[in-house]
Amino acid sequence: MNSDEKPILRIKGLNKFYSGGFQALKDINLEIEKGEIVALLGPNGAGKTTLISVVCGIVNPSSGTVSVDGYDIIKDFRKTRSIIGLVPQELTTDSFETVFNTVSFSRGLFGKPPSAAYVEKVLRSLSLWDRKDDMIMTLSGGMKRRVLIAKALSHEPTVLFLDEPTAGVDVSLRKDMWEIVRELKAEGVTIILTTHYIEEAEEIADRVGVINNGEIILMEDKDKLMAKLGKKQLILDLRDQLSALPEKLADYELDLSENGMQLVYTFNTQGDRTGITSLMDDLKLAGIAFRDLNTTQSSLEEIFVNLVEESS
Amino acid sequence: MNIYGIMAIYKFEMARTKRTLVQSIVAPVITTSLYFIVFGAAIGSRIDQVSGISYGAFIVPGLIMLNLLTHSISNASFGIYFPKFVGTVYEMLSAPVSTLEVVLGYVGAAASKAVILGIIILITASFFIDLQIAHPIMMMVFILLTAVSFSLFGFILGIWADNFEKLSVVPMLVVTPLVFLGGSFYSTDMLPEPWQTVSHFNPVLYLVSGLRWSFYEISEVSVMLSLTSILVFMFACLGVVYYLFKTGYKLRS
Repeated sequence: MNSDEKPILRIKGLNKFYSGGFQALKDINLEIEKGEIVALLGPNGAGKTTLISVVCGIVNPSSGTVSVDGYDIIKDFRKTRSIIGLVPQELTTDSFETVFNTVSFSRGLFGKPPSAAYVEKVLRSLSLWDRKDDMIMTLSGGMKRRVLIAKALSHEPTVLFLDEPTAGVDVSLRKDMWEIVRELKAEGVTIILTTHYIEEAEEIADRVGVINNGEIILMEDKDKLMAKLGKKQLILDLRDQLSALPEKLADYELDLSENGMQLVYTFNTQGDRTGITSLMDDLKLAGIAFRDLNTTQSSLEEIFVNLVEESS
Repeated sequence: MNIYGIMAIYKFEMARTKRTLVQSIVAPVITTSLYFIVFGAAIGSRIDQVSGISYGAFIVPGLIMLNLLTHSISNASFGIYFPKFVGTVYEMLSAPVSTLEVVLGYVGAAASKAVILGIIILITASFFIDLQIAHPIMMMVFILLTAVSFSLFGFILGIWADNFEKLSVVPMLVVTPLVFLGGSFYSTDMLPEPWQTVSHFNPVLYLVSGLRWSFYEISEVSVMLSLTSILVFMFACLGVVYYLFKTGYKLRS
């Protein structure tokens, strides 16, 4: 297998039932191309971590197939696991180990021969080299997160799963993480990350998936998604205060601000007509003048919230 | 085979021993020395020979077996339980390592530590008594088989346990009593009936008897029976470990 044209990750009809009957994943079908950054969004308990855990071999699937780089995760587990790196959500580390030793341990565990030079390269790229001889228990939360990334990269994976990589991480470190992700993408690594932070998906993802109640309810190119689902708003700052909307404007999706000094018109960018021209005409006819205008586009967060509410 | 994976687990576990040197090596040596002082010198001096050898020498195989069993179990059970407890087990489950390789790493390290400890106790014993070993190769065979078998047993215990109490309850309430009642410090000939017959249902008796035979050529049961029983126990444990990994019992949901 192992062809550039084929998806690096292919999931077909994946289901996961936990003992007790709870269905964590429902007929998941997903394909991810080599070199992509895919962000999986979803509320708590949506199934994001279960999905990642199945692909990585931590959770057994109930039915369906998963292949990585053309290899089945059950039959060819050695091949698939050796090309996958996983950064878990929890800060689970061997507290009494040193940074260098724990990263070297991970490299060996994943079947790679010892290489102090490669471990050094990884540690330097994550600004951990100065702390290489420190016990992990002495590191801050952010540094421990870096150690987990270093462990996941120690065996030179081509697919990297980041399960909420910036949870509980401060803004500056979060930006560092995004930079690391971009560098990895530049090296050809496929990255699948789960996140609660919509801005994170907006910032670094090529495609965005939304999972809710164990189902993928959307998987779309980020820019297309925002263009397709994004609502725009035209905000008009009025010259004179309005006490109520005139009857003539009742057909428009207009909201009047509480102080009566602002009109907000919501329109769909994908519609045949935005209605802006006719609105302007009708405003003129109604004798409503404005001092300023600007437009805003709904964020991925709003899109996400709307999708989850609809699917629930 | 993922040789680097096996070595990584093995070295990681052996490094843990280095960090806990006092608990792993020094404490058992001191405890053993105390046994020799109390049972060998103080009480032993008032006991005539047992089965033709001095009491101090008689208890050496029993002491080695006591340490082998308890430390094989505790090393292996803690080795696999701790990653489960702190959550780092995710790495092993997502790594390209098979059941056999994981077992070789963890059980190999636990058994190595137990064998090293057994040899240290043997050396310690030589300071207190005039040590004779009639069949050194068979002695090593018994020590190795016991260490591997009970490390496998400890590994199973570590997978089964979901709290620290479960981890310690079997060694404390099952293994230690069996060792003490398995002829470690006495010959079962010294027991009245029906306890002498009851003792033969104690599996540890066969281990101690076999090891004692390798030292002094005296045994309570036949050497072949001792060897067979330890091999049966080892393969039974291997079967259970294979089943646990195949089903993902308490490891993979």
